[in-house]
Amino acid sequence: MLPGRDIISMMDLSREGIEEVVDLAGELEDERSGRLEGKLVALLFYEPSTRTRLSFEAASKMLGAETISIDSKEASSMAKGETLADTVRVVEGYCDLIVLRHPAEGSARMAAEFSGVPLINAGDGSNEHPTQTLLDLYTIWKWRGGLDGLTVTVAGDLRYGRTVHSLARALALFEDVTLTTVSPDNLRLPEDLVGQLDGLEVREGDDLEGAVESAEVLYLTRIQRERFADPEEYRKVAGSYRVMPELLEGRDLVLMHPLPRVDEISPEVDDMPQGRYFEQSANGVAVRKALLSLLLEDGDG
Amino acid sequence: MGRELKVSSIERGTVIDHIRAGNALKVVRILGIEGSGATVSIVMNVSSGTMGRKDILKVEDRTLSREEVDKIALVAPGATINIIEDFEVVEKHGVELPGEIGTILGCPNEGCVTNSGEPVSPRFTVVGREPVRLRCVYCEEETEDVEENLL
Ligand SMILES: Nc1ncnc2c1ncn2[C@@H]1O[C@H](COP(=O)(O)OP(=O)(O)O)[C@@H](O)[C@H]1O
Ligand SMILES: [Zn+2]
Repeated sequence: MLPGRDIISMMDLSREGIEEVVDLAGELEDERSGRLEGKLVALLFYEPSTRTRLSFEAASKMLGAETISIDSKEASSMAKGETLADTVRVVEGYCDLIVLRHPAEGSARMAAEFSGVPLINAGDGSNEHPTQTLLDLYTIWKWRGGLDGLTVTVAGDLRYGRTVHSLARALALFEDVTLTTVSPDNLRLPEDLVGQLDGLEVREGDDLEGAVESAEVLYLTRIQRERFADPEEYRKVAGSYRVMPELLEGRDLVLMHPLPRVDEISPEVDDMPQGRYFEQSANGVAVRKALLSLLLEDGDG
Repeated sequence: MGRELKVSSIERGTVIDHIRAGNALKVVRILGIEGSGATVSIVMNVSSGTMGRKDILKVEDRTLSREEVDKIALVAPGATINIIEDFEVVEKHGVELPGEIGTILGCPNEGCVTNSGEPVSPRFTVVGREPVRLRCVYCEEETEDVEENLL
């Protein structure tokens, strides 16, 4: 069901592919085993990323695989002398799978073409970060047992926030999903994208209070200061997208956030049953275990 | 019929007719026939009943295959391809944009891996036809500015 041996972009994944990953993530979540014993996973991180890298490392080790890695400092000095294509051709010679984080958009697709072993995109610039989207989907799936019929509100920076774009595309593959958007005028979901979300009902909401009325999931993303010319304007907007306990109190709703957050979620929300962002982040390990298993066990029959 | 041929007749080859006026050179570039050694004649701004003004391109001694010519639909969607043998038109067909476009355009995204010195050439998936909309296979950015990005 997966699109070949690589995980490059959510655009390659079908509903069945997504279901295969979340199902297996559910099975493997608590597993610590030797399932992937004897396998060597190479983590090539050309950009700093602590969470994603640790999460891949944890996933590999929990299933018995070994990891080797280069961090962003080593990678950037290497990048001066050698193309990514060459590095990949060297590394694939002695590992069983490559996890790549690289600043150039499209780098993962290219690297996979040069690699004889499976490759997972752990973020290619501002383009794709499919394991983030899969862990978002897994979090929702785990909480409500499926994705059909979901009502979700996405709020914050919907224009530049790629996590939201990928999530919206993925949700469009499921039945009867309603997506309500709440964002400042200059940070709306791009129209091109909305045009491509066949099958998803997209509604524009006015404010957070209104939009959480009917939503099962509130997915919040950070609004960056740089997007506003006027600092006063930024302060006003950011203030109106801050989630306080009162917004969630008594509601049957989960609050998600791709992290890191700055101050868009009040710390008092952390201990409320609705605040699920740390659990969401931890779910990344289960999803990555599933992907590693699917890609590494394939060849062994 | 008393119709006048603007360029001398050719015995064998390919005539590309009904090219949007001003785009003949782009067609030459897309076809990559400058360096092929073939004799190419270009007629520009011919008046045409159906399209006002048009350009015509004649390539001698080469029969261009459908795959070769289909990509010119990017800049000359209404073009007609005429295959000439013994001075006669023996085959005539239009052009149809293929599903994927190879390296005839650069990716407009500066951050794309195809613009970063890596040994990889841009390729595009056709995601819209009217207007033409292309998505970079690598960075997934979409563009409708075909002519500005021709290599
Ligand atoms: N032997 C030839 N040498 C060069 N050009 C030719 C030759 N025969 C036809 N053409 C050109 O090919 C195009 C198509 O020719 P034809 O099928 O006769 O006309 P049309 O498509 O206008 O009905 C026209 O531009 C014509 O001038
Ligand atoms: Zn590109």
